[in-house]
Amino acid sequence: MSKKLRAVIIGPGNIGTDLLMKMQRSDWIEPVWMVGIDPESEGLKRAESMGIKTSSTGIDGMLDQVIADDIRVAFDATSAYVHAENSRKLNELGVIMVDLTPAAIGPFCVPPVNLKQHASQLEMNVNMVTCGGQATIPMVAAVSQVQDVEYGEIVATVSSRSIGPGTRQNIDEFTRTTAGAVEAVGGADRGKAIIIVNPAEPPLMMRDTIHCLTKEAPDQEAITASVKNMVKEVQKYVPGYKLVNGPIFDGNKVSVFMEVEGLGDFLPKYAGNLDIMTAAGLRTAEMFAEEAHNGTITLPARG
Amino acid sequence: MDLTGKKVTLHDMSLRDGMHAKQHQLSLEQMVAISTGLDEAGIPLIEVTHGDGLGGASLNYGFPAHTDEEYLNAVVPKMKNAKISALLLPGIGTVDHLKMARDCGVNTIRVATHCTEADVSEQHIGMAAKMEMDTVGFLMMAHMVSPEKVLEQAKLMESYGANCIYCTDSAGYMLPDEVTEKIGLLRAELNANTEIGFHGHHNMGMAIANSLAAMDAGANRIDGSVAGLGAGAGNTPLEVFVAVLDRMQANHGVDLYKIMDVAEDLVVPLMDQPIRVDRDALTLGYAGVYSSFLLFAQRAEAKYGIQARDILVELGRRGTVGGQEDMIEDLALTMAKDKGLI
Repeated sequence: MSKKLRAVIIGPGNIGTDLLMKMQRSDWIEPVWMVGIDPESEGLKRAESMGIKTSSTGIDGMLDQVIADDIRVAFDATSAYVHAENSRKLNELGVIMVDLTPAAIGPFCVPPVNLKQHASQLEMNVNMVTCGGQATIPMVAAVSQVQDVEYGEIVATVSSRSIGPGTRQNIDEFTRTTAGAVEAVGGADRGKAIIIVNPAEPPLMMRDTIHCLTKEAPDQEAITASVKNMVKEVQKYVPGYKLVNGPIFDGNKVSVFMEVEGLGDFLPKYAGNLDIMTAAGLRTAEMFAEEAHNGTITLPARG
Repeated sequence: MDLTGKKVTLHDMSLRDGMHAKQHQLSLEQMVAISTGLDEAGIPLIEVTHGDGLGGASLNYGFPAHTDEEYLNAVVPKMKNAKISALLLPGIGTVDHLKMARDCGVNTIRVATHCTEADVSEQHIGMAAKMEMDTVGFLMMAHMVSPEKVLEQAKLMESYGANCIYCTDSAGYMLPDEVTEKIGLLRAELNANTEIGFHGHHNMGMAIANSLAAMDAGANRIDGSVAGLGAGAGNTPLEVFVAVLDRMQANHGVDLYKIMDVAEDLVVPLMDQPIRVDRDALTLGYAGVYSSFLLFAQRAEAKYGIQARDILVELGRRGTVGGQEDMIEDLALTMAKDKGLI
C-alpha cells in the first residue's frame, strides 16, 4: 500500500492549479481529483490533460467516488461562501479538509508554529489563515516563543496582479482574519494587520513587515536566534522566504522585514503571497500523511 | 480664468492630513479649538481622524495621542454649522471603523484607495452609501496614471455608491495642466449629479494654482488645510486660497479674516516644524512620492545616515504607494548596509 494520501482539489483557479503542480512533486500526497463548477474552465481542462479526474458539478460530482478512489484529503481553494458545505460533506466521508479560503471554520494552521499539534490531534478541518498570515505569523511566533508579546502588527504588501476579485471584494476579511491569527497562533496579546496593494510594473515581490512590542525589554540575542531559526523552518516549504532586514530593536519594538519569492510553478515568482498559501496547504496535508504513516494518528476507518 | 460666482465647498484637512505633520499627536483641546475656529469662519466640512484614516493607529504609521473615537466625540458635538468627515483606507480600516464614525455623528466618509485599486473599496463605499452618508471615493496618487485610468476607477467607485469622486495629488507632483485634464475628463464623463473634488499638496508650490485649475475644470469640492498643516509641504493653505477666491469673486462662504486668525493664532504656534517646501518636501513632489513619507525618511536619515532625499527618490523609482511607510526603514537599512555604514 502506498504511503501517499490521495487528494481532491476544489477550485481549478490559480491557487488550485498551483497546488496541483506542487502536489505532483510530493512524496506524501497524490492528486486524484480536481473539481470546479464551469465545464469550460481552463483549470479543469489543464488538470484533465495532466491525467487528473475532473468534475464540473462541484464536489457533488465526485462524492460517490470518494471511497472507491480512497480520497483522504481535500483542499478547498474556492471561496468562504461554499466552504462550509464542502467541508461538511467531505468530513462525513472521513476526508480531512485543508481550507485555503478565509472561512476559518476549523482552527488556524501555520505549519512551523502549530501544524504538528493539529496533525497529532487529527483535526478534520484546518484553516490556512491568509497569505499575509502565513508570511508573518511565524515571525510573531518566533518572538513570542522567547518572551511575552503585548502587541503584534503585520504589514503585507502585495502586487496588484496577485490579488483576485474575492480578496478585493472583502478586504476586511483579510485584515480581521489575519489580525485574529496574529493573536491566536502568533501569540500576541493584541494583533493588527494591514494590507497594501501595489500596482507597480514589473510587479513587486510580496514583502512583509512584522512589528512586535514585547512586554519586557527584548532579549535581543535570543530573539535574533529565534527569528533566524524560524526563517529556516519556513524555507523548508517556501525556499524563497527571505529575511531582508532585522530583527532591529527600538525600545520594546522588534521589527523584521521579509520578502517572499514564490517557486513560480503556475503562479509567477512575484506572487509569493499565493505560493506561500499553496505551499503551506500542501505541507499541512503532508504532515497528516507522515503522522498516519508513522502510526501516530489513525485515519477514519473505511470498510 | 473666470470663477466669478462659482460655488465651492472648502474641506479642511488640518485635523487629519495635519496629523501626519504632528506625528498624530494633536491634543483633544487643540482639535476642538481649531475645529471651532474653522466652524466660526464658515468652513463647511472638516476632516478628523488619524493621518492614515480610521484605524490608522499602529506601529507602522504611529500611535496617536487619542483614538479616532475620542477625537470625533470631542469635536462633533461642538460644531454649529460645519460637518465632520472621516477618511478610511481599505486594508487599514474596516467597515467596523466606518460604523463607529457614523455613530459618532460623522457626516462624510471618504474611502481612499490607490488610483488603480478602486475595487477594494466596494464594501466600504457600499456600506457608507447604504447608511445614507455623504460618500466620497478618494483616488490617491492620481499623478501615476492616465486621465482615462482615473476615470475608469472613478466609475467603479461611482457604481459602488459614491456621490463624490476625488482626484488626489497625494505626492504634490501635478502641474495645473494635468489637473485640468484629469478633472475635466471626470466632469465630462461621470454622472452629472456626482460631485468632483481635488486634494492637493504644496510640494512643488502648485497647490493654489492646481486647486484653481480644478475648479475651472469642474471640481466643486476643494481640500485645503488652514496654515497648510498637512503632510509634506502641506496641503493647499486654506486662508491663502480663500483670499485668492475672494479676489476672483468665487462663492466660497468663508470669512477671510477669521480663517487667517485660526491659521496664525492657533495652527502656526502648534507646528513642530515649519510646513514649507524644504529640500525633502520638494523631492516628494519632484519624484512623485506619497507626502506622509517625509518625516519617516527624515527619521531614517537621522538613524542610518542616508540622506532623506536619496531614500525618497529610490522609493519613487520603486513605485511605492500610499501606506508603504514600512518600506522606508527597510530601504534605509539596505542602503546603509550597501554603503558599509552598518
